[in-house]
Amino acid sequence: MPAVSKGDGMRGLAVFISDIRNCKSKEAEIKRINKELANIRSKFKGDKALDGYSKKKYVCKLLFIFLLGHDIDFGHMEAVNLLSSNRYTEKQIGYLFISVLVNSNSELIRLINNAIKNDLASRNPTFMGLALHCIASVGSREMAEAFAGEIPKVLVAGDTMDSVKQSAALCLLRLYRTSSDLVPMGDWTSRVVHLLNDQHLGVVTAATSLITTLAQKNPEEFKTSVSLAVSRLSRIVTSASTDLQDYTYYFVPAPWLSVKLLRLLQCYPPPDPAVRGRLTECLETILNKAQEPPKSKKVQHSNAKNAVLFEAISLIIHHDSEPNLLVRACNQLGQFLQHRETNLRYLALESMCTLASSEFSHEAVKTHIETVINALKTERDVSVRQRAVDLLYAMCDRSNAPQIVAEMLSYLETADYSIREEIVLKVAILAEKYAVDYTWYVDTILNLIRIAGDYVSEEVWYRVIQIVINRDDVQGYAAKTVFEALQAPACHENLVKVGGYILGEFGNLIAGDPRSSPLIQFNLLHSKFHLCSVPTRALLLSTYIKFVNLFPEVKPTIQDVLRSDSQLRNADVELQQRAVEYLRLSTVASTDILATVLEEMPPFPERESSILAKLKKKKGPSTVTDLEDTKRERSVDVNGGPEPAPASTSAMSTPSPSADLLGLGAAPPAPAGPPPSSGSGGLLVDVFSDSASAVAPLAPGSEDNFARFVCKNNGVLFENQLLQIGLKSEFRQNLGRMFIFYGNKTSTQFLNFTPTLICSDDLQPHLNLQTKPVDPTVEGGAQVQQVVNIECVSDFTEAPVLSIQFRYGGTFQNVSVQLPITLNKFFQPTEMASQDFFQRWKQLSNPQQEVQNIFKAKHPMDTEVTKAKIIGFGSALLEEVDPNPANFVGAGIIHTKTTQIGCLLRLEPNLQAQMYRLTLRTSKEAVSQRLCELLSAQF
Amino acid sequence: MQFMLLFSRQGKLRLQKWYVPLSDKEKKKITRELVQTVLARKPKMCSFLEWRDLKIVYKRYASLYFCCAIEDQDNELITLEIIHRYVELLDKYFGSVCELDIIFNFEKAYFILDEFLLGGEVQETSKKNVLKAIEQADLLQEKTETMYHSKSFIGYKKAY
Repeated sequence: MPAVSKGDGMRGLAVFISDIRNCKSKEAEIKRINKELANIRSKFKGDKALDGYSKKKYVCKLLFIFLLGHDIDFGHMEAVNLLSSNRYTEKQIGYLFISVLVNSNSELIRLINNAIKNDLASRNPTFMGLALHCIASVGSREMAEAFAGEIPKVLVAGDTMDSVKQSAALCLLRLYRTSSDLVPMGDWTSRVVHLLNDQHLGVVTAATSLITTLAQKNPEEFKTSVSLAVSRLSRIVTSASTDLQDYTYYFVPAPWLSVKLLRLLQCYPPPDPAVRGRLTECLETILNKAQEPPKSKKVQHSNAKNAVLFEAISLIIHHDSEPNLLVRACNQLGQFLQHRETNLRYLALESMCTLASSEFSHEAVKTHIETVINALKTERDVSVRQRAVDLLYAMCDRSNAPQIVAEMLSYLETADYSIREEIVLKVAILAEKYAVDYTWYVDTILNLIRIAGDYVSEEVWYRVIQIVINRDDVQGYAAKTVFEALQAPACHENLVKVGGYILGEFGNLIAGDPRSSPLIQFNLLHSKFHLCSVPTRALLLSTYIKFVNLFPEVKPTIQDVLRSDSQLRNADVELQQRAVEYLRLSTVASTDILATVLEEMPPFPERESSILAKLKKKKGPSTVTDLEDTKRERSVDVNGGPEPAPASTSAMSTPSPSADLLGLGAAPPAPAGPPPSSGSGGLLVDVFSDSASAVAPLAPGSEDNFARFVCKNNGVLFENQLLQIGLKSEFRQNLGRMFIFYGNKTSTQFLNFTPTLICSDDLQPHLNLQTKPVDPTVEGGAQVQQVVNIECVSDFTEAPVLSIQFRYGGTFQNVSVQLPITLNKFFQPTEMASQDFFQRWKQLSNPQQEVQNIFKAKHPMDTEVTKAKIIGFGSALLEEVDPNPANFVGAGIIHTKTTQIGCLLRLEPNLQAQMYRLTLRTSKEAVSQRLCELLSAQF
Repeated sequence: MQFMLLFSRQGKLRLQKWYVPLSDKEKKKITRELVQTVLARKPKMCSFLEWRDLKIVYKRYASLYFCCAIEDQDNELITLEIIHRYVELLDKYFGSVCELDIIFNFEKAYFILDEFLLGGEVQETSKKNVLKAIEQADLLQEKTETMYHSKSFIGYKKAY
């Protein structure tokens, strides 16, 4: 092969680069660069017109300077001039400069677009290629406006060269990613799908990427791609390694294309039986090939082969419908867990995490527990150990929780600092979720605090207190255990907090033992007092006043402590105030009053574990949520009761039973300074998000939150960096009352705070909402409450919208969420015997009265969870009515002002297919329809 | 793929290609953080790491690190081979490519990358086709002698 020509004779550029490389210091380099910049500037400004070559050379130098990390603020015009040159090399450098350095100077964009337009129309494939590369690199909205209509035509035109087609496909993909609204769907889409059949594998490769992205948003329009992709894939995986010539990579046929095709198939559910058989064959072939001896010892061979294998496993997991394939995938990954290649061990751990959440493979994953624990102990790379922690967490269930929690605790003693907090959260969640024996839970959390106290966040110790308060069978044990733990000469402040709170509530349960008499308990706590921070001391003061109530015999001792100067005159206002008030309370209040004021904390109402929320936040929404949700659903009621709300220090000082039911005060203080523009805080999300518009669209995630409220009445409806909205509601017959709590999470006031309830014109005649305006100022950290009285006039479908506007630190904030007032809230359950049920069922046999929906389970199919949901939905759950014990039936009456509507429902799960059939029969079609929609979304 | 960075063992950036719109400031910040993170890793560690909400795939060839950021659902191993194929393309074009070739002919390194990857997706995986496109372009240019050569890095055997 002849020596390729390199560089195109820009000697000046080479000399300049050499100069820079020879610079001995950063200063010398900057000096040289400034000299060059001055030179170029004068050349560009000079009277003498520059020839194309010089322009190209200088533009190239600017580019080099930019790539060294310096800012370049001129030369764009010269680069644009180069675009319209007829000499290829000049044009090429012009395009490169624009691609790397474009800024949103609108005047320039117009000129650039003009040049691109000419090149696209030139019918010269090399020029067209350059223009398309430039669009794909810049991908700005202006370019989308100019070319999004044109490029599809280039892509599907019969006479377009293959290489141009490839560029056009990916160019369109880039534009679609940045401005999908500007890419018109049309006739071209079906022709693009047929590019999957193209003879040129490069064209197929580029087209598959485009189709995958388009199909994610328009699945219906691209569904014919499924069978084409399967047959293409089938041809590739069955081909001999030499068939595809240059598209074979280290003996693996078209690995990039195979991965892309498998990815495309993940946009769709399992295909129809005919295609499905062929796909299953493909997947089996890929799994079989993994067992064959390698065709080459090169790592590229095994990487390419395994890349396809992992993508096939992703597809198998995505379909989650072929138990046989799932178990094979799991076994394959099990082999990789012990592979000598670190990369494969890492990926196997990662991939198994998703397998663990499938019903079919959960058990198979569990068999690898010893290997995973071993990885945790022996892997030298922290990122691999992190994956092992994730997998242990994902494979945990009631059978192995004690072992996994114990292993995680012991790993925690030596774990890298970077992942300690996350492990603490995971241990806390698992210990709670799978606790059969709550003494084990209490022991585990105290161990956590002992081993990694600094990494135990507020949420964790709030949670242990919520659980102890809600479960009276563990309170005595908890008191005894914290008392013993506090004996240690040095214990973590978090232990003092837990100990202080628990002894304050339940110290009486162990006071009978002379070794833990009231005075000993008090002295023990007070011995830690002076070493603690202000918030902990404040908590201890509350414990002391609770002791005054629990143990009258230590009252004088405690009063002496409160009376001392170090309390009454403490420089800290909070401590001083508590000391003064508690001392006064202990002096003037009668025993009865004390007993009332300091009554035991009431149980906390149901709420999602705040620890779980914290873990999700830490891991980012995309990675944990699904797995978490499904796992959580599966474990509802394992703990034998509703999940309680977090406690808070403020609730301790004002133990009124209604003060902080939603736990809004428990939110950790918001960081000072303005919050990031979007809630998720992800790097790229921030960049993509538009500036706030005048009318807020529904807040992201509000659909999910809305659905969550269909079967329950209390909880957090919305939360972002600034604001938390909590709900508590009750319904009786056709009336309801909803308490909306707005919590200001920041330390700054909200001004002009105006929540508005909006009922659309369609909704208004059916639903009456009445409320009073709230105070327009919400202080930092404060919570305001709004009561809404609700009347259901007649059946309705839509939900009202709650729109909130306020000013925060000079910026106008706008939040809209759907308010979860749904038709089923006006259900009254009706119990009836089997015979009655079927008699009424038959009476409602008119086709308009029945609505049926068959749908795929979105959550694990757990009988107990399903029952809880049907009851939460509002109907009665009728046992022993359906001849098939696996089915669920329910009955109830929807109350509206004008009429009452009897409703019967029947839910038939099909575990094999992971499907449900839900049938609703009511006397009114619209009601059947709406209830069916609402309930279907719950499983 | 969201971006690709090439940097030296000394942390000097040699090539950057961004497939998502970011401000210059953000790009510099990302580059700084990533170069630090990757250079701090030991040779035997795995080639993947989680970073912010992205996955980083990197590999070292002689004095140069090739580092790609991909999204959650993207395939790590195939990305590793994207890097390798790009190195092969550079090697074939320059004839035993080394870091200096990329410094002095950075524009060529960009042109080759654009033929191979476009908009963050693989455009053409055939080595023959990519190089044919580049050579055709070169035919349109005047020929000059190559000036710089030093130690190659593809011949450098990795310890696999």
